[in-house]
Amino acid sequence: MSSEIIFGLYIFALATFVGYQVISRVPALLHTPLMSGTNAISGISLVGSLVAAGRGHDAISTALGTIAVAAATINVVGGFMITDRMLRMFKSKKAPASLPEKKA
Amino acid sequence: MNQGGITTVAYLVAGVLFIRSLGGLSKQETARRGNGLGAVGMAVAVAITAVAWASRGTEGWSMAILLIAALTIGGFIGGWLARRVEMTGMPELVAILHSFVGLAAVLVGFASYMAPGAAAFDQPGAERTVHLVEVGVGIAVGALTFTGSIIAWAKLRGTISGKPLLLSSRHGLNASAAIAIVALCVPLVLAHGTSGLPYLVTIAILAGLLGIHLVMAIGGADMPVVVSLLNSYSGWAAAAAGFVLANDLLIVTGALVGSSGAILSIIMCRAMNRSILNVIFGGFGTADHTTTGAFAAVPVGDVQELKLDGVAALLRDAKRVIVVPGYGMAVARAQSSVFELTRALRKGGCEVLFAIHPVAGRLPGHMNVLLAEAGVPYNLVLEMDEINRDFPRTDAVLVIGANDIVNPGALEDPKSAIYGMPVLEVWKAKTVVVLKRGMAAGYAGVENPLFYLTNTRMLFGDAKKSIDGLVAAVKASS
Repeated sequence: MSSEIIFGLYIFALATFVGYQVISRVPALLHTPLMSGTNAISGISLVGSLVAAGRGHDAISTALGTIAVAAATINVVGGFMITDRMLRMFKSKKAPASLPEKKA
Repeated sequence: MNQGGITTVAYLVAGVLFIRSLGGLSKQETARRGNGLGAVGMAVAVAITAVAWASRGTEGWSMAILLIAALTIGGFIGGWLARRVEMTGMPELVAILHSFVGLAAVLVGFASYMAPGAAAFDQPGAERTVHLVEVGVGIAVGALTFTGSIIAWAKLRGTISGKPLLLSSRHGLNASAAIAIVALCVPLVLAHGTSGLPYLVTIAILAGLLGIHLVMAIGGADMPVVVSLLNSYSGWAAAAAGFVLANDLLIVTGALVGSSGAILSIIMCRAMNRSILNVIFGGFGTADHTTTGAFAAVPVGDVQELKLDGVAALLRDAKRVIVVPGYGMAVARAQSSVFELTRALRKGGCEVLFAIHPVAGRLPGHMNVLLAEAGVPYNLVLEMDEINRDFPRTDAVLVIGANDIVNPGALEDPKSAIYGMPVLEVWKAKTVVVLKRGMAAGYAGVENPLFYLTNTRMLFGDAKKSIDGLVAAVKASS
């Protein structure tokens, strides 16, 4: 086996472990933003798509790569925007809910 | 520093930013900044990839314009989706976004297989074998994610019935598809050049069919688990694409996302007291469980119906009210009315809290987002473990469009299909008011003895209309 794949498996295992540690601390309150956020991040296949589209000289792999770029961009842009929109809605209020939100 | 060095450092920066963005989500206060950091990380990664590609300067302008067009179109669609979607539609949006990751992974797999100079043209050997297996795995995981997410999306929209489709030989079908996918890697590796393409296409089709079949067999009540699982698969698909392209950033990010989805799935399963395998292959709420006669004890007694003014009087006298929202609240889009009612009651000196079951709704955290959208402060919203012991000292519980998550049979009736699932113990409160359209069973198809208890009152009708009526009645009297 090449050292490339060994190295790949090595960082894969470490990243899985880090992911487990980090995600375990996310409260249930934020599970939906977590999903849409990870969704945006998994649009990192955009980078892969760029590599694939940019590498080929033939029409087929260029076309496939270009479609992949568009699909992954939907994910990245849509994912980050919707996560932000959601997180803006989470508000804490120490005062009773009947009071106006902001004091003038 | 050379080109490769700069790229490596930029990828490292992006990877760290992604981890920090997930870390930010551990607290509400830091979550938004974390999301921003993730976006910056993505921008860094895309920019450096584009620069590295452009600096080779061999492909020419037409290719650059093509890619910019693809980025613009994708970005436009993504932005449009994100602005347009309603919070009640979040489960569908998340499901369809997963499908794009799967699609991208499939396309990257094919593109890297077909590209001239790709590993398929190398001399036979370990390197080539490993690479082709990576391509096969990437395409299989991607195709499964793609079709599975589309079915999940259709089910969540209601385009396809939420009822599980259960073929009698479904385990056999799944197993043979999986074995065939693995077996097809052999001729793929043995084929010369790219002549193994038909095998790769067959792998994609089989994995796609497997994705359709797996999700078709899962019932609507298990949708939160399915969506988390597909979230996980989308991560593994990205990681597989990373192996195909020998791109470390994709591997790291895919692993992060994959483990995130896996954790969410496990949390959801634990909240239903079921194993993950039982959810994936179980076909819940179906003939498998509820064979005729062996059904849980049919509740005895009559339900006691209450009209709007009766419930309003009950709430006026209450000092402490807990609201239990379920999927029905999302369907009726009643969250803003619920907040109105909360404000009216709190004005009258009544304490109002919200109790969220981990699998309420169709997405992990679905109810929290809806309540946040309506403006409910998140410190009034409590999780099951935090609030279950509070029910005995609560005057009134409002169950809005929830059923299985408040079923006492889950604790008391060993024959119930959901026996063993932790539930919100609402029946311990003085009075429980259940807002419901009619007497139909919950998504799991299980009868709910709660409705027949002596301290339960039913308020039939559309949840939004009922609550608007309650708001008016409570306000009028104060």
